[in-house]
Amino acid sequence: MLKTYAYPEFPYVQPPEQKSGQIVRKKAVIVGGGPIGLTMALDLAVQGIPCVVLDDNNTVSIGSRAVCYAKRPLEVWDRLGCAAPMVDKGVGWKIGKVFRDEELVYQFDLLPEDDHKMPAFINLQQYYLEEYLIERCKDFGDLVDIRWMNKVISVKNNPDHVRFTIETPDGIYEMEADYAIACDGAKSDVREMLGAEFTGQFFQDRFLIADVVMKADFPTERWFWFNPPFHRGQSVLLHKQSDDVWRIDFQLGWNADPEEEKKPEKIIPRLKAMLGEDTEFELEWASVYQFACRRMSKFRYGRLFFAGDAAHQVSPFGARGANTGVQDTDNLAWKLKLVMDGKAPDSLLDSYDEERVFAADDNLRNSTRSTDFITPKSNISRTFRDATLDLAQKYGFARKLVNSGRLSSPTPYVNSSLNTPDSDAFHGTMAPGTNCADAPVKVGGTPGWLLNHLGGGFKVIYFSDGSGTPAALAALQDAPVPVEALVIGGNVEDTKGLVTDRYDGTPGTTYLIRPDQHVAARWRSFDPAKVTAALNRAIGK
Amino acid sequence: MSKEPAMTLNLEPNFANPDDFYERLIETHRGLSDAQSADVNAKLVLLLSNHIGDMAILTQAMDIAREGHEAQE
Ligand SMILES: Cc1cc2nc3c(=O)[nH]c(=O)nc-3n(C[C@H](O)[C@H](O)[C@H](O)COP(=O)(O)OP(=O)(O)OC[C@H]3O[C@@H](n4cnc5c(N)ncnc54)[C@H](O)[C@@H]3O)c2cc1C
Repeated sequence: MLKTYAYPEFPYVQPPEQKSGQIVRKKAVIVGGGPIGLTMALDLAVQGIPCVVLDDNNTVSIGSRAVCYAKRPLEVWDRLGCAAPMVDKGVGWKIGKVFRDEELVYQFDLLPEDDHKMPAFINLQQYYLEEYLIERCKDFGDLVDIRWMNKVISVKNNPDHVRFTIETPDGIYEMEADYAIACDGAKSDVREMLGAEFTGQFFQDRFLIADVVMKADFPTERWFWFNPPFHRGQSVLLHKQSDDVWRIDFQLGWNADPEEEKKPEKIIPRLKAMLGEDTEFELEWASVYQFACRRMSKFRYGRLFFAGDAAHQVSPFGARGANTGVQDTDNLAWKLKLVMDGKAPDSLLDSYDEERVFAADDNLRNSTRSTDFITPKSNISRTFRDATLDLAQKYGFARKLVNSGRLSSPTPYVNSSLNTPDSDAFHGTMAPGTNCADAPVKVGGTPGWLLNHLGGGFKVIYFSDGSGTPAALAALQDAPVPVEALVIGGNVEDTKGLVTDRYDGTPGTTYLIRPDQHVAARWRSFDPAKVTAALNRAIGK
Repeated sequence: MSKEPAMTLNLEPNFANPDDFYERLIETHRGLSDAQSADVNAKLVLLLSNHIGDMAILTQAMDIAREGHEAQE
């Protein structure tokens, strides 16, 4: 089927527990080896927590689903040591064009801010993404035990453990977990087995998603058409991926027959009309989707957590699914570690639900807004949409209203119970609950990046006032939950002054940073008692 | 940041010449089909809303405009 990509086939191995008939209690079991389950596994592994990943299949995502990954998930994957191959293989774009009928309405340049290690986003086929994640898992040896062809067929959610019944080619076996994370996708079986709610909005529209190989000299830009001559009354999106594979989304309308539309004899003429009779191309993969925006009412059920598409599903406008799912696991992994180690109360795990439900709602809102613009649901909504597009051709203000999908950006946990609200005055964006901005730094004379030095534990960023590192700051390293200090103007050189800029640093300014690289608290001067109080708050004490 | 008093929608007469305005509004739609007029009205709303820019004021206006109408589905 795919000409540019050969699907790896991962070997099935009979699980030892199935051979021995013993029921073993694991520390952590992850259901689903998609991008979110694999990222979760890596995040547990870097913290030294062994886990089992159960997947009912034995390969990566069939067909490229997700295409576009934003900076924040790339930063998370960089923390986990696997962003480099993604960025190398992925393609970037900066120019977007919006067309209507035969004409260009306007074009925009994303002008991403310089001096971040990770790009604003990349386009990359989902199967590559998953392949790189699986490759990285291998570096952790036995810590990540991926079991292909292991399908969860029932779950019992007990107060002190979760018990799974699993089907393999050799039959059925059982396994227990101290903690379990269901990352089994939008059709989550685990969610179904729990009888948990998954509600929201289905859009009365269908989309044909096609991957096409072509060596056309289209520039590497994002092109979006409203009502193009080659597909009247609907919208079309063209995006480049790696290996000369192009993603084309055709809006089909609600009455389209998915089975019919999927047939090559139906797709090829559409593509020819779009690309021109003379353009040589090959159809790699196509599928028809109806999109939905919905979520579970909560993401925590005792010792069982939901993450990724299993917990929330968004329409792909603005590329939010995998992007936001990775931030689920980023949020959960360090909390699980602290609770497993007895260093934080169980209630810390409730903040996963609090923070990620809040983020899911933000994503759902953004994605619903884009969908409403692309697929107006009433005559008046279409009238406003078309009026906006008309005005956009001439007037800048209306361009800001054109919504063909907004790029995914992380949701700051502005009201999180883990934050210590500001008591001092600050400028800029780094308020408590916000993910940390990157900046170039030098440590021990070696050029590097702030986020890499933040890594995955609690940190203090302290802007030196010239009198050296306060002893009480250095002592935080030996606390039960250790806090390492990055002293700007001390052990860390702010090469371009951008840490100071982006964090509004003045001599004495102190930030407490969570292991998921979010700001927990900040002050204009260092006070060990305040840092300790904020740390306790950030770990749910 | 200094706090301006919250702006509210001006519901007091504000036209120098109300009849001029009204005539010009109707004139704008002269000879247009219902669909064309709907387009003109939509553009007017967008242009004026951007000019006002203040979400609080716009929300007040939208609420008043909708008063008395029940959703039909
Ligand atoms: C057309 C399209 C375009 C998209 N574009 C983007 C984009 O540009 N950017 C973006 O971020 N997102 C995008 N998405 C969304 C993205 O693909 C999903 O959000 C992402 O795949 C979710 O990952 P996941 O790991 O939660 O679930 P999935 O990828 O669905 O993985 C679930 C895994 O669980 C396994 N599983 C299921 N049931 C069981 C069971 N009972 N036992 C064991 N294993 C099981 C499955 O085999 C699968 O491997 C797009 C989606 C579509 C359809």
